[in-house]
Amino acid sequence: MENRTDKNSYTIIFAIGMVFVVGALLAFFASFLKPNIDENKRIERQQNILYAMGVNDNDESSANMVSTAEAPELFKKYIKKQLVIQGTKVSEDDKAYLIDVKKEQTSAKAGNERRLPLFVGEKDGKTFYIAPIRGKGLWDAIWAYVALDKNMVVQGVFFDHKGETAGLGANINKRFFMDDFIGEDLKNNGAFKGIAVAKGNADPLNKDKSDNEVDAIAGATITGNGVSAMLKSELKLYVSHFETLKN
Amino acid sequence: MGLLSKKDAQLITDPLADNNPITIQVLGICSALAITAELKASLVMAISVMFVLGLGNVVISLMRNIIPSKIRIIVQLIVVAALVIIVDLVLKAFAYQLSKTLSVFVGLIITNCIIMGRFEAFALANGPWRSFLDGIGNSVGYGVILLIVGFFRELLGSGTLFGIPVLGDPIAKTGLYAIGYENNGFMIMPPMALIVVGIIIWIQRSKNKALIED
Repeated sequence: MENRTDKNSYTIIFAIGMVFVVGALLAFFASFLKPNIDENKRIERQQNILYAMGVNDNDESSANMVSTAEAPELFKKYIKKQLVIQGTKVSEDDKAYLIDVKKEQTSAKAGNERRLPLFVGEKDGKTFYIAPIRGKGLWDAIWAYVALDKNMVVQGVFFDHKGETAGLGANINKRFFMDDFIGEDLKNNGAFKGIAVAKGNADPLNKDKSDNEVDAIAGATITGNGVSAMLKSELKLYVSHFETLKN
Repeated sequence: MGLLSKKDAQLITDPLADNNPITIQVLGICSALAITAELKASLVMAISVMFVLGLGNVVISLMRNIIPSKIRIIVQLIVVAALVIIVDLVLKAFAYQLSKTLSVFVGLIITNCIIMGRFEAFALANGPWRSFLDGIGNSVGYGVILLIVGFFRELLGSGTLFGIPVLGDPIAKTGLYAIGYENNGFMIMPPMALIVVGIIIWIQRSKNKALIED
């Protein structure tokens, strides 16, 4: 007798049944856990913004966010204004930190005017302007929160990535790389230039803060180029707003 | 013998040495090369694979009498993909930081041929308990190699272990760096992983001549 499981009819019914069972199972998990996942992502944004402006639990060498429990409260305390810039129009919106930069980039490509979020933070009498930006690394997306003063000198950055190579490109979210950006000027002789992640700039300790360069990570050329390109193209969009701050 | 019979215990111990999935069966090489630049990533990958392989083997084993043989590979693939997605979602909801550390590795587990290999070779023909042991044994065997490779690559490539500097500070020139030692940047590139795995295979076969093929 032929084995029951070898029949075509059985095979097809099994396949259809499996699709339903697995599909239902995954849909259930996805919708059941979505609120938790969204909440985690929301708090992470607050943590990242705070990190860039120097509100963090850093120790000597590693980068640590403020705890998830404290983040919402600290965010309220330090972030004074959340702005949305559209062309020359600037409006306040206390949900601006939830703006999805990726969606804005896509919609800008479709011809819409891009909404640029900018967070104004205050700490120890200093004012920080924090911009969320997004670009491409080697494998997938990379993004950053860059805290600037009103002259577009970097006060702090937080980089992160979706899937850069562990030990190489993934190191962009490590202190040794991020801290190099602090003090770097995005402008050169008054004109916007960006900051390049440069190989062989003969300044591995990054003492020269006006060269528009930081030392690259060996073995992470494409991720580094992605960081340079992201800083240049995205922060350029904010230049006109920073011009208005000078007056 | 206490908890496990001798035959069951072999399911765990065999893949650790004489039937190691990486060095003998040459499975899972891809991930072994890609993620072993750091010890932490190696450890996380080893634990994730252990979870998926242990659980997946049990699921496949329970289903072994109802899976149509014509589409069994597809069924195996769906089981492992579903498991991995569920693990990913649960981590994102309840252990967000950990899920960020894992990032792409979780997805990479699906493509790990050790998993499909064990489903096909073992779980389809054995009961759930033995399949579970086989899954654990093989993933430990895989993990051990990952950790050995990760240890040497991170130590020689970056001078750190689990991200903690152990050889001094390369920029301030302290510790070993003070006497002219340099990190070998080539160690963090994938080709060195292949060479390290090759050295392990060499050592293993020179200890146990029975493993040498003609």
